[in-house]
Amino acid sequence: MAGEARKSLSPFQLSLRRLLANPTAMTGLLILLVLYFLALFSSFFSLADPVKSNLDSSYHPPNWFHFFDEEGQFHWRPFVYGMECVDLDYLKYEPVLEKKYPLRFFAEGYPYRLWGLFECTRHFIQVETGGEFHPLGCDSLGRDVWSRLLSGSRVSLSVGLLGILITLTLGTLMGGIAGYFGGWTDVLLMRYVELILSIPGLYLILALRAVFPQHLNSVQVYLLIVVILGFIFWAGLSRVIRGMVLSLREREHVLAARAIGASHLRILVRHILPGTFTYLIVAGTIMVPSYILGEVSLSFLGVGIEEPQASWGLMLKEAQDVQVLDDFRWILSSGVAIFITVFAFNFLGDGLRDAFDPRKD
Amino acid sequence: MLLQVSNLRMHFPIRSGVFSRVSGYVRAVDGVSFEIAPGETLGLAGESGCGKTTVGRSILRLLDGAEGEIIFRDSPNLLSLSQNQMRRYRRDIQIIFQDPFSSLNPRLTIASTLIEPMTIFKIGQSRRERRELAAERLREVGLRPDHLDRYPHEFSGGERQRIGIARALTLEPSLIVCDEAVSALDVSVQAQVINLLMELQAARGLSYLFISHALSVVEHISHRVAIMYLGKLVEVAGKEELYQSPLHPYTEALLAAAPIPDPAIRRERHLLEGDVPSPINPPPGCSFHPRCPSCFSPCRSIEPQLTEVRPGHWVACHLETHPDSPRKAR
Repeated sequence: MAGEARKSLSPFQLSLRRLLANPTAMTGLLILLVLYFLALFSSFFSLADPVKSNLDSSYHPPNWFHFFDEEGQFHWRPFVYGMECVDLDYLKYEPVLEKKYPLRFFAEGYPYRLWGLFECTRHFIQVETGGEFHPLGCDSLGRDVWSRLLSGSRVSLSVGLLGILITLTLGTLMGGIAGYFGGWTDVLLMRYVELILSIPGLYLILALRAVFPQHLNSVQVYLLIVVILGFIFWAGLSRVIRGMVLSLREREHVLAARAIGASHLRILVRHILPGTFTYLIVAGTIMVPSYILGEVSLSFLGVGIEEPQASWGLMLKEAQDVQVLDDFRWILSSGVAIFITVFAFNFLGDGLRDAFDPRKD
Repeated sequence: MLLQVSNLRMHFPIRSGVFSRVSGYVRAVDGVSFEIAPGETLGLAGESGCGKTTVGRSILRLLDGAEGEIIFRDSPNLLSLSQNQMRRYRRDIQIIFQDPFSSLNPRLTIASTLIEPMTIFKIGQSRRERRELAAERLREVGLRPDHLDRYPHEFSGGERQRIGIARALTLEPSLIVCDEAVSALDVSVQAQVINLLMELQAARGLSYLFISHALSVVEHISHRVAIMYLGKLVEVAGKEELYQSPLHPYTEALLAAAPIPDPAIRRERHLLEGDVPSPINPPPGCSFHPRCPSCFSPCRSIEPQLTEVRPGHWVACHLETHPDSPRKAR
């Protein structure tokens, strides 16, 4: 009997195995894990308070830490040079070689609440008082770009995940009902979907934003963005789900379920909708970047996250002036972050699509 | 009688235009009547697209809109029941499908597939008891109980078809509609599955409606055979009678088209010419007349009725029933 006790793998498990063997997808997954890890502990990895401005370091350029000083002497503790503004008109900074500020790890810094629950003051890296360490420079108000990038990632990275939940739920529900019951239900739901799809996305976003009060606190604005984006994207998805349900409904195992007297709910939940799961996983992953970009557009247009809170779209707004962009290129960091995230999601999405390809089952 | 089907019609509406107006009907099944006795196998044979599958699915109410009368034992007309009222008859009438690759849910283990009908009809007290019953069904169809925790993709076509049979058996039905149940299988596996079906019939007194386009398979398993053409039955008779002395020219042509496994035997071939007419717009009179080699004048205008010309031998052909028939004059 021992020989027969081999483990049976479900189609899902088989697909997962294929995914794990795909280097591109795993690269994407690894990047995303790092990004989400950083977002989860964003305050801990912050160098400075992301919302506190410091006009003395407006457009402070990126500076890096050193182990060897200008005389080639090794310092056991890495340090940064003090920076001095040498040209107030053009905001040019020069390092002051005499001033060295060592970095401290797991040091005390500005107080924050971890996940809004725990009072903390520890940070991964802090520079000794008086020094300025800005690996990605500062923005016009002298706020550390790296810290704002981390703070903004909480918004930008979670908007996609929460939004996709709304989209998948609405899309599956509407598409499933339209496809399964057909007839007038189908006609009405699908005409409604077409109505939503026929309005240009950006106008729909603006119109939906206009429906709600102008001044909301940052949490409300955030939730509003999630709901708006989730609402916009479900329409396209529900059409695809409807099509899949239409074809799955005629599969013989669904007919067999009807023949054994299964209820509509049981047939839909157990025999039809699981057939769309692999598509949903793939579509969901590939759609996440649209949400991230959606939040970027909203904040960029000034109807999303508001100052002094940070989000990647809002940070990109500062980069809309070509003159500023040319003089202070590090302002574009959030663009690079968006780029990396979108790429990582697409790598993973492509891998998922290959792994869950039904032709391989 | 176990099952009595009278004047079964299934017309699928063709919708066209912006407002989906009904512009015509596909007469997939157009007035079919037959009976099945307990323990009997009725073979239903015909070309692709003649409406065989539609007949089978109408009996199980898997299609909406069928008209006519279907009586199971002493039930009311199954076609007039609501889906809820229909449920209590589902235990008695089950179906086996053609495609062993799509007839099992790929995401459920064999145990889940077999236990589902028991859950719905509250057979067995506990999950453990239902599992025992499922294991027994698997043994009955020639599979091992340790197959229970596997997924459909781990089985061959023949094994999957056995699982499909096991699923149909869990409700202990008295009638099973076999919809092209062996057509997708290799010939050797076909024989195994057919023998299994016949053993089950002997053991449980099952009745089958055996739908197939393969005349040799139908001959092997059936007691009586019905030949269908363009939504209508053209000939119904006992197996030996039908295969040895077919009366309808269509049956003759079908039998003549079947290959004989002996190259020494030469036989006169009168192969059918032309295509099956469209069921949207069937020809007037006998629907077979455009392809019939012995067509004569009434065939083009009067529709022949299924008539019992010999005891137990029904045929819908003017050659047998019309007074001007050339066959009668001979």
